[in-house]
Amino acid sequence: MPGMPWPLPWPFDTTYMQLALIAGLAVGASAPLIGTFLVQKRLSLLGDGIGHVAVAGIGAGLLFGTSPTWTALVVAVVAALALEWLRSHGRTSGDLALALFFYGGIAAGVVLAGRSATNTNLQPYLFGSILTVTENDVYTVLALGALIIAAIALTRRGLLAVVLDEEAARVAGIPVGALNALLAALTAVTVAAAMRVTGVLLVAALMVLPVATSRVVARSFRTTTLGAGAVGMIAVVLGLAAARQWALAAGGAIVLVAVALFAAASIAAPLRRGRAPDDAGALLSGPG
Amino acid sequence: MKTSVADPLLTVQGVSFAFGAHRVLDDVALEIGPGEFTALVGPNGAGKSTLLRIVLGLLAPQAGRVELFGASPRHLDDRWRLGYVPQRPRLAPDLPATVEEVVAAGRLAKQGWWRRARPVDRDAVGHALESVALEGLRKERVVELSGGQQQRVLIAKALATEPELLILDEPIAGIDAQAQRLFRDSLVHLLREHGAAVLLVSHELGAVADDLDRVVVLRRRVLFDGKPGDLAATGVSLGVHRDDLPAWLEELSENGGT
Repeated sequence: MPGMPWPLPWPFDTTYMQLALIAGLAVGASAPLIGTFLVQKRLSLLGDGIGHVAVAGIGAGLLFGTSPTWTALVVAVVAALALEWLRSHGRTSGDLALALFFYGGIAAGVVLAGRSATNTNLQPYLFGSILTVTENDVYTVLALGALIIAAIALTRRGLLAVVLDEEAARVAGIPVGALNALLAALTAVTVAAAMRVTGVLLVAALMVLPVATSRVVARSFRTTTLGAGAVGMIAVVLGLAAARQWALAAGGAIVLVAVALFAAASIAAPLRRGRAPDDAGALLSGPG
Repeated sequence: MKTSVADPLLTVQGVSFAFGAHRVLDDVALEIGPGEFTALVGPNGAGKSTLLRIVLGLLAPQAGRVELFGASPRHLDDRWRLGYVPQRPRLAPDLPATVEEVVAAGRLAKQGWWRRARPVDRDAVGHALESVALEGLRKERVVELSGGQQQRVLIAKALATEPELLILDEPIAGIDAQAQRLFRDSLVHLLREHGAAVLLVSHELGAVADDLDRVVVLRRRVLFDGKPGDLAATGVSLGVHRDDLPAWLEELSENGGT
């Protein structure tokens, strides 16, 4: 990008760290925005599931020699809309249909990638490789992040009404089905955007953990959402710094920081309010 | 009945519905006029919820006709004219939303779900909160309120569009006597100050029994539709509890209620 490396302090004093920072911040800010609604709809693991399905898209991209980000995006969006259709039509009794999608997706990805002529492995996409992102990757992630933020900014009021009470929202004439489909599609976009940052297997962590952290402290839905975005960005900055300092896998480091931030907030907030932690454990165990 | 002067807000004619072979509603007729306070009562399984879902446009009747403000409920454009208070335990216990945010979500039918709130929308939300005596708690997390207060939040949410017809589903089940009185005051305020009609679907009418214009008793068919006084003449108390209702309804049907 123009003028890189920019005069930033350590650990962001090199071009590769600055590219990583921009891509990471875009994902760190946008993934929790989607997560706020997913967590409240008890769909915390949807991101994880779509991440699995996206592996099929990555495999296809590697096989046909096109950008895996775009093939993963297409496959993830189609799968997300299909899952939402199944969910809203009451066709997913139990987890069976979801399991078919998720494991079918990841298995197809492994098979397709294995057939590709190049010797690229899936690892960078499964667990991220943010320290090797190119300028083009950064532009793609920025565009997807901007799309997510803009879509949420435009539809957040309707989405909140759906989250509060789907039936009442329907009675009020809010297009519940379309908004649910949009949220599912945006979850898929987030997976594609986060692919190079945390990898598709860890992307759900960035959707859910910052929200869980923010919810401990924030009182309103608005501050929960904005706080989650802030926590996501803090996790990216600290995770990248730790990765550089100790030569850690950056995606994993970012997620571990997010876990640590949640633990810290869960311990600190009740002390500040002067009462025992109530729902901190339930936040993690509840949706799963 | 005092409905016939103006056009009815809600007309239900010959509505029938069955789940498979199990007939839930049989040739049900009902009309609600402007400013009327009507209670729809009946035992569990009487078809109240099904009728409600049909009226709200969530379910299509298998026979008969429903008109809400002159349109089919599924194709009503001015959704804000209808306020709906669902049964209580719908708020997720970990919901990070304030009282004000929940009530503001109710305003969207008038505001437009994609639009930001204008001053008139914020005023309407404030007024809805005042009319249920919750303006002091607007910044509180809604899940930290008592059951009765949460119920009033949901009523305020339904009032935020300034509806012409407010439909409440079992609103006083399980809330204490003081909360019931506050609830009653909110409804009477709505009826008197705004001239809105209220349809209350319930098992128990204790706190509002004196304010009702009409009682409709449903058990698959409409067994009684008239003034509360006339129902009392059949020997039935309106303070009746759900356990007494089946016996009460048996008695009513044996006596040949309309």
